[in-house]
Formats: sequence, C-alpha cells, structure tokens
Amino acid sequence: MKLKRSQKRDLRNILIALALFAVLLLVRHLLPELIWLHAILAVAAIYVVGWGVFKRAWVGIKNHQPFDENLLMAIAVLGALILGEFAEAVAVMTFYQVGELFESIAVGRSRKSISALMDIRPDHANLETDGGLIEVLPETVELGSIIVVKPGERVPLDSEVVEGVSSLNLAALTGESVPVDVAPGDAVVSGGVNLTGVLRLRTLKRYDDSTVARILELVENSTMKKAKTERFITRFARWYTPAVVISALLLAVLPPIIRLSALHLAPMWGDWIHRALTFLVISCPCAMVISIPLSFFGGIGGASSRGILIKGSSYLEQLARADTVVFDKTGTLTRGVFEVTEVFPEPEISSEELLRLAAAAERYSDHPVSESLRAAAGPIAEADTASDAHERPGEGVLAIVGGQRVAVGNDRLMKALGLNPKGVLAAGTLVHVARENRYLGCIEISDRPKAGAAAAVQELRERGVKRVVMLTGDRKAAAQAMAKELGVTEVRSELLPTDKVTELEALLKQQAKGKTLAFVGDGINDAPVLARADVGVAMGGIGSDAAIEAADVVLMDDDISKLPVAMRIARRTVAIAWQNIAFALLVKAVCLILGALGIAGMWLAIFADVGVMVLCVLNAARALLVKNL
Amino acid sequence: MQKKYSIEVDCANCAAAVERKLADLAGIESISISYMAQKMIVEYADGVDESTKVKEMLKVARKIEPDFEIEA
Repeated sequence: MKLKRSQKRDLRNILIALALFAVLLLVRHLLPELIWLHAILAVAAIYVVGWGVFKRAWVGIKNHQPFDENLLMAIAVLGALILGEFAEAVAVMTFYQVGELFESIAVGRSRKSISALMDIRPDHANLETDGGLIEVLPETVELGSIIVVKPGERVPLDSEVVEGVSSLNLAALTGESVPVDVAPGDAVVSGGVNLTGVLRLRTLKRYDDSTVARILELVENSTMKKAKTERFITRFARWYTPAVVISALLLAVLPPIIRLSALHLAPMWGDWIHRALTFLVISCPCAMVISIPLSFFGGIGGASSRGILIKGSSYLEQLARADTVVFDKTGTLTRGVFEVTEVFPEPEISSEELLRLAAAAERYSDHPVSESLRAAAGPIAEADTASDAHERPGEGVLAIVGGQRVAVGNDRLMKALGLNPKGVLAAGTLVHVARENRYLGCIEISDRPKAGAAAAVQELRERGVKRVVMLTGDRKAAAQAMAKELGVTEVRSELLPTDKVTELEALLKQQAKGKTLAFVGDGINDAPVLARADVGVAMGGIGSDAAIEAADVVLMDDDISKLPVAMRIARRTVAIAWQNIAFALLVKAVCLILGALGIAGMWLAIFADVGVMVLCVLNAARALLVKNL
Repeated sequence: MQKKYSIEVDCANCAAAVERKLADLAGIESISISYMAQKMIVEYADGVDESTKVKEMLKVARKIEPDFEIEA
C-alpha cells in the first residue's frame, strides 16, 4: 500500500506517540509517584501527534468558526491533562489521529479504485502524417485525421474504420465482455481496446466530444449532485456538534450545582467535568460525514463498472425509491427491428411460396418491411426476377414476377385493386399478397422484444415495482399483444411523441408520496419525457449524445436487463448509507448516555468514535462491490 | 459562467463547511464541492472576474480549512 507523504508523516507521529504512550504506562506502573514524569511524557506524546489539531482549533477560534472537532478534541485533551488523566489524554489524541489517518487512506483508496474501474482514458493517439506515424496527445488530434490503433491499444477518439478488421473489447464502457467485431465503414467509439488487427481510423469527433471524455466528465461530476441523505447528514452535523457541546457544558455545571444547593452533597466537580469531557470526545460526527458520500461514490463507481452511468448521487437515491417504471416501447423493450412473425396463406399456396413471391416483388425496395420479407424468404431464385417494379407510397409495391403481376401491400392497396383482403387477427403489421388479381394471403410482420426484456420486467416486479407501464405509438392491438408477451400490464397506445409527456405527467400525479417514477427510453425522441420523469433512464448511451445529455441514468449497452441491476445497486447503496447513519447514531447515543451516567469514560468514548468510523468506512466500501449484483 | 476546479480538501466535514461559506459570497450563484472527487464546480454571476473571485474563495476557505487549495 502506497501512502502519501502527509499520510506517512501522520503514521510516523502516531507510532512515536504510541511508543511514548507505552513508556507512560510502564512508568506509571513502576514509578506511580513520579507525577511530573507522567505529565512530561503525556505532553510530549500529545505534542507529537496532536499539534496540528491544536493549531487548527486556534485558527477556528481566530476566524470565529469555533465549533469544529479540532477545538472539541483540544478541549477534551487539555481537560484530561488538567484533571491529571494523562493516559486518557494521550489515548484520546492518538486514536483520534488514527481515525483521521484511516479516513484519509480509505478515501484515497476508494478514489483510486474508481478511477481504475473507469480506466478508459487513452494516453496517446498514433497520428498518420506525411512523415509517418507520430504519437500525439488525443486532445490535439484534429477532426477528420487518420489515426492508427494497434492491437492492445485503446481507441483514443470516436472514429470510423477506414482500413482493417479487428475486434474491440468494450468492457470498460459497457460492462459487456464479449468483443465487438469491426470492419471498414463501421463507427468505433473511443475507450474500447483493440484486440486483434491493426485499424486505420478517420476521427469523427474531437477528444472533448468523444465518448471517453464525456463519460469521464460525467462520472467526475456525478458527486456534485448530492443525494438528500448527504444533505441531511451535513445539516445534521451542523447542529449535532453544537448540541453535544452545550450538553457537555450543562453536564459539567448543572449537576454539581444541584448537588450542592438542593441536595447538600459534595459537588464532585472533577467527576462531572470528566463526564463532560467524555461528551466532547463523542461530539465528532466524522463517521457519518465521511461514510455517506463514500457509499454513494462507491455505488456510482461500481455501477459504471457494469456499464451503468449514474449522473448524480441524488439519482441513485431516486432510483432506489422507484415504484413505477414507464417504458417507451420501441428500442427499449423491443429491438426496433421488424421480423416476419407469421404467414397466413390461402389454401392454394404454401407459406414458403407466399413469402418468396412477396420478397421477390419487394426486392428493390429499401423499406424496413421489405428487408424483413427478404430476410425471411432467403435467397431469391433466378426465375423470380422482378421487373417493372414500382412503389405506391403508403400502399405497397406492384411488380412483374416470373411474368405474372404481383401486388404486395396493405389493406388500401388490395382495396384499390378491387380485392377483399382477409381479416386476420394479428398483433403486428399485415402485408397482403395478390397475384394476377387473386388474393393469396398475408404475412404478419412485427417488432421483436429484446432478449431479456420480459425477464427484466418480471424482476422489476419482484423488486417491488408496483406499476409497469408501456408507452407506444403502435396500434392498440399490436401494443397489447406485445405488452402481454413482455408481462407489462398497463399500455398507452397510439400516442404521438407529444402525448407521451402528457401521459407521463398524468402518471406522475398518481405517484404515492416518497415514491418515484422512472422513465426508460432510447433517448432518441423522448428527451422531454426523460427530463420530466423523476429518473430518466436512457438506453444505449454509446455514441448517442442526446441520451447522455437528457438522461439521469444511462445504460451503456442497450441492455434492458441492466435496469434491475441499476436498481439493485441503487437500493443497496442507499441501504448502506442508512445502515451507517443508524449504526453511528445508535453507538453515539449509547455512549452519550453511558458517559453522562459516568459508566463509560473517555477510553470507551474514543474507541467508540474511531471504531464506529472504521466500521462505517468499511461498510461504505461495500458499495463499490457490485460484481454479483 | 460555470467553472470546474480541482481542489485539495482534507476532511469531509470541512468540505461541507467551506461549501456553505462560499455559497454566501457575492457573485457566486451556486457552488458544489465534492470531497470524494476533490472537485469544485462554481456558477459565477455575470460579469464576475474569475481570478479575483478565486482568490477571495481561497481566503474564505482557508479560514475554515487551512490546507484548502484550488487548482485551475
């Protein structure tokens, strides 16, 4: 473990103080009457380990900012010295510093492990120039430059492949470990590692606009949007410390006065002041103040290692409380790619024949429907060469196939030809086929659900999401059939893009208090909806600026099953934060009570204080471990 | 105008206190300090001179946390 210079210095001071402390205990045991020697040893130890604390306390007083833990520790230690509790004084200061050192190391490590997770920053680009390849900083590469990426190197800028075939490992970006194959003409995003071949690329973006730079920026800024829990704890820390200090003062003064005046007993000043000093030692809210942001930072870092970008601690919290999830259908739950799902031929023709005819007629069309027909029919035979094809916009295609007139299109086209298409109860889009003015049947084409979409919906329900709603522009029948397949119970269909915002606002009004609504979209047409929802989740952040811009959470690889993962990470992170708050408060409360009753002394107080912090920090570090979530 | 700075701040509590104090300064619309990221984002009001403001912020911050540093 590498320590910073200041940490090494602190460690050295602590070790010296501990050595002096041991000598002090020994001397106290062997030479109990040499009080002046005890005092010298104690003061020396406190000076070595705690000089900084006294200095800071003094600066605080000078600047009228007295209520910080430095001053409280200083008072507690000085008080203990004056009461002649030398060993306690040394212990309080030393263990307080042990806690501080531990905090600083834990934070440094957590920061480092997150930057290791986010290790996507390219260190150089191989720029092609007239004088051959030169290594330059990615920031200096101009738009449209040619760069070369060798195997093992990281793609430095978003570009397009000019030459070369290779596979890229995008694990650092998407959490997906299966490599992606690229060939000339393909776009490649920065941050991926080139695995096999040498690639010549033309840059499409400058470094600052490239995916890598944007992701790094986003993760770095994410801790700026603080969670309510974080705000709560800083507000809490603000009154906690003064409250404990005032209680300490009352504890030191009131009981002796009451004993003296009302009960006519000995006041026992020393005893009560000792108890008050114990209070001061417990007054530091450090454990909470450090462990809460540490938890959120860990949660965000861990999520990004799984290809889930969360733009702020506050969104992590919102996501954890989501009980309604609204999906945009196309591109989110479904692939947005059409496929032949069913063929309904008339008795006189086979399914294959019908598909073959339709595909042949649509051969030259680049409509997505035609593509799906061709994909289903397979290679087209020579005999089926279509000629004279012409498209009738909004209706279909007319063509001569194998010498016969073939019509492929929708209801309207069939009616225009004087045919009566069969009404089939189907969820998708229907394409009718006719030959020589004889109706031959129809083919159903529909969007396919994404792999894992149904499972994701199911899992969201198991995790306590009460409402799952699907928004779509599709026809009602198609939308409901898809919803049924996915296990979604509520559907709003035939919506225009603007209707989606209205629908979402209606849903937001029905939200129970304290619960949130998450909207999941592909970030293409739904930026306003993403922005309006409590948490906007965009699919497929890679390369899509709109999604990164508008969303609060970005699922980098289009994989809908990451949504339940994101939710689990969010819930656990928030749970860890609250465990820390509850645990720290409980221990402090118990120590305050025991301290007031005189049962617990400063020893217990300082061990409780440092111990709670160490345990909270270790607990917070769990937020980073998301491998199996 | 929004600016981002790398900062050095040693304790979470001080970071929160510094954030509170700096937010009250004239010419600063909003400010967010991330102790974890050791970063500070400042939204300046229009027409504020950045370099004098940075000096002022540093002075205020050091009253609370003597080791506070602002790097561009």
